[in-house]
Amino acid sequence: MTATNTIEEFANQEYKWGFVTDVEEDRIPRGLNEDIIRLISAKKEEPEFMLEWRLRAFRHWMTLVKADAEPKWAHVTFPQIDYQDIVYYSAPKKKAGAKKSLDEVDPEILEAYSKLGISLNEQKRLQGVAVDAVFDSVSVATTFKAKLAKEGIIFCSFSDAVKEHPELVKKYLGTVVPYSDNFYAALNAAVFSDGSFVYMPKGVRCPMELSTYFRINAADTGQFERTLIIADEGSQVSYLEGCTAPARDENQLHAAVVELVALDNAQIKYSTVQNWYPGDKNGVGGIYNLVTKRGKCAGANSRISWTQVETGSSITWKYPSCILVGDNSVGEFYSVALSNNYQQADTGTKMIHIGKNTRSTIVSKGISAGHGQNTYRGGVKIMKNATGARNYTQCDSLLIGDQCGAHTFPYIEVRNSSARMEHEASTSKVDEDQIFYFRQRGLSAEEAVSMIINGFCKQVFRELPMEFAVEAQKLLSVSLEGSVG
Amino acid sequence: MAMLEIRNLHARVNKQEILKGINLDINAGEVHSLMGPNGSGKSTLAQVLARRETYEVTEGEVLFNGKDLLAMKPEEAACEGLFIAFQYPVEVPGISNSYFLRAALNAQRKYRGEEPIDAIDFIPLLKEKMKLLEMDERFQSRAINEGFSGGEKKRNEIVQMAVLNPSLAILDETDSGLDIDALKIVSQGVNAMRSPDRAIVMVTHYQRLLDYIVPDFVHVLAGGKIVKSGGAELALELEREGYGWIEPALAGAR
Repeated sequence: MTATNTIEEFANQEYKWGFVTDVEEDRIPRGLNEDIIRLISAKKEEPEFMLEWRLRAFRHWMTLVKADAEPKWAHVTFPQIDYQDIVYYSAPKKKAGAKKSLDEVDPEILEAYSKLGISLNEQKRLQGVAVDAVFDSVSVATTFKAKLAKEGIIFCSFSDAVKEHPELVKKYLGTVVPYSDNFYAALNAAVFSDGSFVYMPKGVRCPMELSTYFRINAADTGQFERTLIIADEGSQVSYLEGCTAPARDENQLHAAVVELVALDNAQIKYSTVQNWYPGDKNGVGGIYNLVTKRGKCAGANSRISWTQVETGSSITWKYPSCILVGDNSVGEFYSVALSNNYQQADTGTKMIHIGKNTRSTIVSKGISAGHGQNTYRGGVKIMKNATGARNYTQCDSLLIGDQCGAHTFPYIEVRNSSARMEHEASTSKVDEDQIFYFRQRGLSAEEAVSMIINGFCKQVFRELPMEFAVEAQKLLSVSLEGSVG
Repeated sequence: MAMLEIRNLHARVNKQEILKGINLDINAGEVHSLMGPNGSGKSTLAQVLARRETYEVTEGEVLFNGKDLLAMKPEEAACEGLFIAFQYPVEVPGISNSYFLRAALNAQRKYRGEEPIDAIDFIPLLKEKMKLLEMDERFQSRAINEGFSGGEKKRNEIVQMAVLNPSLAILDETDSGLDIDALKIVSQGVNAMRSPDRAIVMVTHYQRLLDYIVPDFVHVLAGGKIVKSGGAELALELEREGYGWIEPALAGAR
């Protein structure tokens, strides 16, 4: 085996979450028009205001379609998506009259989640993590709901929130990501099916991690979830999300929207381990992950932290951002993005400084292997009144092999001369000499690469909740398995 | 049975034959020095023994403690007790020296069926070896060789060797780029590791190193073969006469 081989083989791995669960689906006809939107809304038994909002979003989206306004600026290439060829709603069929409790969840689905390492059984679950499980278009179970309710915390599926807490949904929906924000956000607003909803009451610190596990199962469908987290004054919450999908030759669309609102002195920590099916080693299949995530530090001294580990999807278009409105508010973005085989990722963040003494930190770690293309795209804006604003940006790229690419596009716009900006960037390469060095000391090539990658990512991993950090490390080594032989 | 038996070893890189029939026996407890002009195959021999895949063995046999070394992967050879102190140790950002070395030691212990050593037991061991090589303790938490001077890198190699405790240590031009003080320190470290159970092979250009680490045997490589072997006095002869006097032998090797 030659030296170059060693590194190339590093890029061949198997996706271990690619199984399909056989459940009876309730799916609506293919395609998108106002009737479909009405049908989705009806399926979800939504109040009128929700339907109207969806229809406004849809009409706006149609104008974008006519204007050919699908974003084309990202450093990714994929064929034009046929939006009429997608099934916009698919749910596992419920038994007649079933109420959403764990006993009623289809055992096949429980089995699917336990295969993924997610036990929905509260007794068996690790203490300290509540889970909302979203299967295709619907939330199938939410654990620890009652326990959280005792603290006044609302943690439920978005669908339930629309029905049970319409006043909160009405007040905050679209306030951070309006449906007119961008092409995919408009599409999501029109057809979104489910997602999680969190409301943290004043002064409450969430006693456990909240998490959502998204699973795409059905074929030819898209997943359009929408998550809304509101942290009222002085509250704190840590929220995690994980995602997987079956391995299929056809590409599938995932266009989500996440909105976070932090009021005075509130803190939201949002962590993602994204492991959608990345396609096979020749780039066939995989999820198009076109996502809008944004948080608004609306109150003074509030803080929003995004931490993401992006290993999956064939295309990633994602910029979790912070709008720092409140004085002294803090925005953070910690990211590890891996592009292996033929994966393409264009990801980064925007930090918009509006309030005084607002601070933001960006740490982005891009790893490219195989034929992967990894792009960091960041925007830091210091507005006119943001006196004393500070930003620190660090973006590092790691290349494995010589067929891949790393790109960085940092945009900085400063309109207040008191701002302090720091930007650091580096590019490094895992080379044969490093791997041989490790092997000569007794470590295998896989161990060598795994150690090098983890060393590269540790600044981000330490921001993840403990259990997740371990998972993320494992995931990265699995995602790179076989690249070095 | 010798610890290392090299028989008629031929190896090439990029289709060019570099080793053209090396024969050498090395016993436990011995210190050998490999000398010879540039391009004679000294470093190639070291790399082949360490199982670097860029070098293709075309003929011959190498037994290491009776086992077929040429069938081993680099990490297997390492776990069997072969260590090479590199001429140009690589830098690896993001991983501390101590974390790396403990992982390596534990990989070797695992191979031998021993329990892993935890950080609490490992740190004193590492500190002791670093003291021997007069390295500041702070180096243990710095990234592997990152920003180290040439001399610090070489000393760090010997620290690793002292921790991993190999049965066969090959020092590939460990003396190059060392000032006289560093050379003394490194030599001290190596001498401290001389033992009846261990063999040491020094690849070097200079007699200077051999003033501090006196070899039992000196071999002169030329044109991919060992053209002359002798005791420590051979190195002195080389220092005095250069390689010119072995030209006839060299011609024979070609």
